[in-house]
Amino acid sequence: MLSIKNLHANVGDKPILKGINLDVNPGEIHAIMGPNGSGKSTLAHILSGKSGYTVTAGSVTYDNKDLIEMAPEIRAREGVFLAFQYPVEIPGVSNIYLLKAALNAIRKHQGLSEVDAMDFLTLVKGKVHMLEMDEKFLYRAVNEGFSGGEKKRNEILQMAILEPKLCILDETDSGLDIDALKIVAEGVNSLRSADRSFVMVTHYQRLLDYIKPDFVHVLANGQIVKSGGPELAMELEEKGYSWLEDKQAAA
Amino acid sequence: MTTATMSRYPAEYHTIATKLPGQDLPWLKALRAQALEKFSINGFPSPRDEDWRYTNVSAIEKKLFCPLLEIKNLSSLKPVVAEWMKSYQLQDAWSVVLIDGLFSAECSVLNGFPEAVSVMGMAEALSTQPELVENYLGHAVKNSEHSFIAFNTAWFTDGLFVHVPAKQVLEKPIQVLHLNTQAENMATTRNVIIIDDMAEAQIIETYASSLSKDEANSYLTAAVTEVFVGRNANLTLFKMQCESEKAYHFGGIYVKEAQDARFCHHNFAFGGLLARSDIHVDLGKASECELNGLYLGVNRQHIDNHTRINHLEPHASSREMYKGVLDDRARGVFQGRVIVAENAQKTDSQMNNRNLLLSNEAEADTKPQLEIYADDVKCGHGVTVGQLDEKSIFYLQSRCIDEETARNMLTFAFANEMVDKVEIKSLHDSVLEQVLARFPQEGVNKEWL
Repeated sequence: MLSIKNLHANVGDKPILKGINLDVNPGEIHAIMGPNGSGKSTLAHILSGKSGYTVTAGSVTYDNKDLIEMAPEIRAREGVFLAFQYPVEIPGVSNIYLLKAALNAIRKHQGLSEVDAMDFLTLVKGKVHMLEMDEKFLYRAVNEGFSGGEKKRNEILQMAILEPKLCILDETDSGLDIDALKIVAEGVNSLRSADRSFVMVTHYQRLLDYIKPDFVHVLANGQIVKSGGPELAMELEEKGYSWLEDKQAAA
Repeated sequence: MTTATMSRYPAEYHTIATKLPGQDLPWLKALRAQALEKFSINGFPSPRDEDWRYTNVSAIEKKLFCPLLEIKNLSSLKPVVAEWMKSYQLQDAWSVVLIDGLFSAECSVLNGFPEAVSVMGMAEALSTQPELVENYLGHAVKNSEHSFIAFNTAWFTDGLFVHVPAKQVLEKPIQVLHLNTQAENMATTRNVIIIDDMAEAQIIETYASSLSKDEANSYLTAAVTEVFVGRNANLTLFKMQCESEKAYHFGGIYVKEAQDARFCHHNFAFGGLLARSDIHVDLGKASECELNGLYLGVNRQHIDNHTRINHLEPHASSREMYKGVLDDRARGVFQGRVIVAENAQKTDSQMNNRNLLLSNEAEADTKPQLEIYADDVKCGHGVTVGQLDEKSIFYLQSRCIDEETARNMLTFAFANEMVDKVEIKSLHDSVLEQVLARFPQEGVNKEWL
């Protein structure tokens, strides 16, 4: 589904990613861990098409298409979803408006007609209840005045409604208390399926207690320095990141 | 310097002087004479005047607009007016129509209007209840305020007079439609609105034109509205300024609020080549005022809003939010002044002005001024001038929205906050339509709003 080969990327003249290789198959959950400044968020941003980065070498293919060439909205319509670390407040645009606009953009992209208003409302309300959100949130401006937990839940709500194929979660656990984390994790788990993949960027092992990854990769200084199963996350929790960084420096 | 060099307008005055309404009223004759003298000396305001430093009205002097003393060819105008009213007249309101600055009873729709409430043309009010008018006209704003006031006082041909007696609550809004049909004309109206103690009303001023966009179709609106809100009375006043693209507009609203009065103003400034609004409010003890504004400028429009909130007595509160969206080479001006007098303790005041620039050549000039002479008050102000937020655009793109639509959605959302404050459904929809018509709306789905 997603294949990253030898990806190098700069911010300005500064190299941030220095040769990332990663293959994600349908249904898999990959956790990308690493210390601050290792390039985790940069990787998430480049996958979603945020401007401000220059890809200097390598490739990213998604469903056999060149992802880097696509505009951010085309990636989104093709099924790539980024759950933001800091979801943006959009005063004046209601949640329900955005959801409808997004869903219809996807449907148009797929050659389908606009969603029926009643079907849409039924769909949305079902997901709202699943995430234990108040229906009133739908009619409020996107993320405006939401607490940190509400914003993250709102991201998962959007994900649940847009049904992407590749979900990129950027530090979704940051700023969440344990109750909110559980609800968000349950939301993500309910979306797991054989043809949907996840790339979770996280600093802490905590999230992985609730969303069990198939693979864990450690990113340091712009490269994946170690890959393994869920047990790698436990090891990191115990030893920290420095032993891997030291090893990388030695090599 | 001779007076003739300041303005060419006074030289023309004698041709109309004897035909202006209220000739038999000595107090009005004196007021007009004083105004004419003042205007002759000063001419129109100049950018050297601090309150006019961003707005140069010298084009009005160059044009030499002429007033009309009676409506031209009303019978042939009627279909024009009827067609025009379709776009602007609100169905759930009483309508008062002024054509080229003159009240038209024939075009006004006042079926079922409560008898106790007066609504009529100013000329009629001056002949039927001159004592009442005398007590109010010129009392909320003086000729000395600035030259447009003097100009209006000397030249006004008609206007609107509304008197809502104590405890009367108007069940429907009154819409005052100022229509301009003649090129080179000036519509100089003096309007007086009196809301007595414990009365309530909603009044909508709409300024527009039936003229096409041709270069020659320039005209001037110079309107002054004096408003008196009695004790515990409540007035919501809307201004929809949709003048034609070649029009010059000056519209001043001067309000006096008695104790415990409430006044709310919504100012939608969309039209005109050069448009200036004054909204000045004197607050009584424990009264409230809310000033909302939205100005949208495209092409080479120049839109200036000048507000002044005078906290004269203790315990009053004021809220002000003005938003501007400026595209192309348009220029928006906001000057907001809040004055808190020495004994106006416990004043609670908040003033905000937000500007969104859509083009590199658009300009916003914003000048908030707080003058506080009391020591136990809560006053704040905030001002921003900026462009669309790139983070917001990317967020929407990551949610499948293309960049152009994202920009339109954000622009619209910015303006829509002010539209949403309008609680009268038909007016809300009409304002919304005006907003959408003025900005690119590709991808903005009105049905979902």
